[in-house]
Amino acid sequence: MSKLATLAATPGAIIVTAELPIVDSGGLDAVRERLEPIAPFVDAINATDNTAGHAHASNVAVAIAIAQLGVEPIMQVVCRDKNRLAIEADIVGAALFGVRNICCLTGDDVTAGDEPEARRVFDLDGPQLIRVATKLASGTYLSGRRLDPAPDLFVGAVENAAAPPLAYRTARTVKKLQAGARFFQLQICYHADRLESYLATLHRIGVTKQAAFLPTVCLIRGAKALRFMHDHVPGIDVPASTLAELAAAPDQREAAYQLALGQARHALAQPGVRGIHITDFRHDGSVGRLVTDLGLADRAGTREQENHAHDTAVAL
Amino acid sequence: MMRGRRKLLPVLAVAEHAVKGPIWGCKMCGQCVLHDTGMTCPMNCPKTLRNGPCGGVREDGGCEVKPEMQCVWLKGYERSQDLPLLPTAWRNGFHHLRPPVDNQLKGDSSWVNLFTGRDRRTPSGWR
Repeated sequence: MSKLATLAATPGAIIVTAELPIVDSGGLDAVRERLEPIAPFVDAINATDNTAGHAHASNVAVAIAIAQLGVEPIMQVVCRDKNRLAIEADIVGAALFGVRNICCLTGDDVTAGDEPEARRVFDLDGPQLIRVATKLASGTYLSGRRLDPAPDLFVGAVENAAAPPLAYRTARTVKKLQAGARFFQLQICYHADRLESYLATLHRIGVTKQAAFLPTVCLIRGAKALRFMHDHVPGIDVPASTLAELAAAPDQREAAYQLALGQARHALAQPGVRGIHITDFRHDGSVGRLVTDLGLADRAGTREQENHAHDTAVAL
Repeated sequence: MMRGRRKLLPVLAVAEHAVKGPIWGCKMCGQCVLHDTGMTCPMNCPKTLRNGPCGGVREDGGCEVKPEMQCVWLKGYERSQDLPLLPTAWRNGFHHLRPPVDNQLKGDSSWVNLFTGRDRRTPSGWR
């Protein structure tokens, strides 16, 4: 059982995950540099899969590197770039190296990236990918061919509570739960009311007991970055009032941090929420500050992680 | 018999496309799920998703890939809820987990595959 799975199965344990900034080159040192400021504060770290349609060091390679540096990886897998054969091979291949947490996404389109001429694949969609990963964990490929022993996988997904059709997002989450997702790293949501009503519905129908919900908190540098997300990141809408408020702040950096802190507190106060997922675009130590300000620096998971970070420090 | 069948199948495929092409923008995937998707063909989604809208739907309901086009799944969801005369089973079918597309069936008549049950055959690891 992965550490993340163990935490998810521990009632009351608060979970904090974060995304590793993208890696292009520089060997394991590059991975180590990016891990150091965040690993001591989180329970697991995401290796992304060609984020926003841009090619980077692969999800498989980075997830293995994270594991080899003594930190718990979550391997994101998107449907955009590979067919079902390649995706199955990636998941079981990474599992050989101890990568056990798999986060399944449909993925942004190729047109979101810098090589929009590429062929988009989407041989599977998000819910299908969840089912395929869950089947791998139970010891069969999609074809029915056996894997013995079955890889020990903890499968999760993503959902965007703030994208239309809003009324359908909870049903889509239930579909993903039924396909096998046991943790959800929710897309960043700047509409607090939408996140509230989404989580309240899931909590009411008992879904939050069956999977760990981790809303995303995004650490950005200021109003310019917020405006960029609003304009260019698919599925993210920032209310005009939030944009204006941040733009009017004299200290952009601090105001952007406070916005994230407020979002994190709001998310953690929602019923059924088990923790948060952090995406950091500041790279200034804000992950540690955020976790500390939330009073989560000494949570049970972190205590374990501290021992773990100690091991990591040795490995580093 | 076999010779007759071989001639009949392409004719049915052409007939099916002649009907479903103009009305639903049918892409001849050969495994029609229109009834479960609010009578909206999911193969018109640029990502050819079979299980609902991705997280990239725009605030105005536009498609992530083609902003000027309404999200196929947003339209399908609304129709699955609102279309009069849609049987309840079809309305509820919207929430079913549909299997990955069987790429071997592309270009076939889904009417034939429905009749023979071929469109419901999934790999044993899916079940």
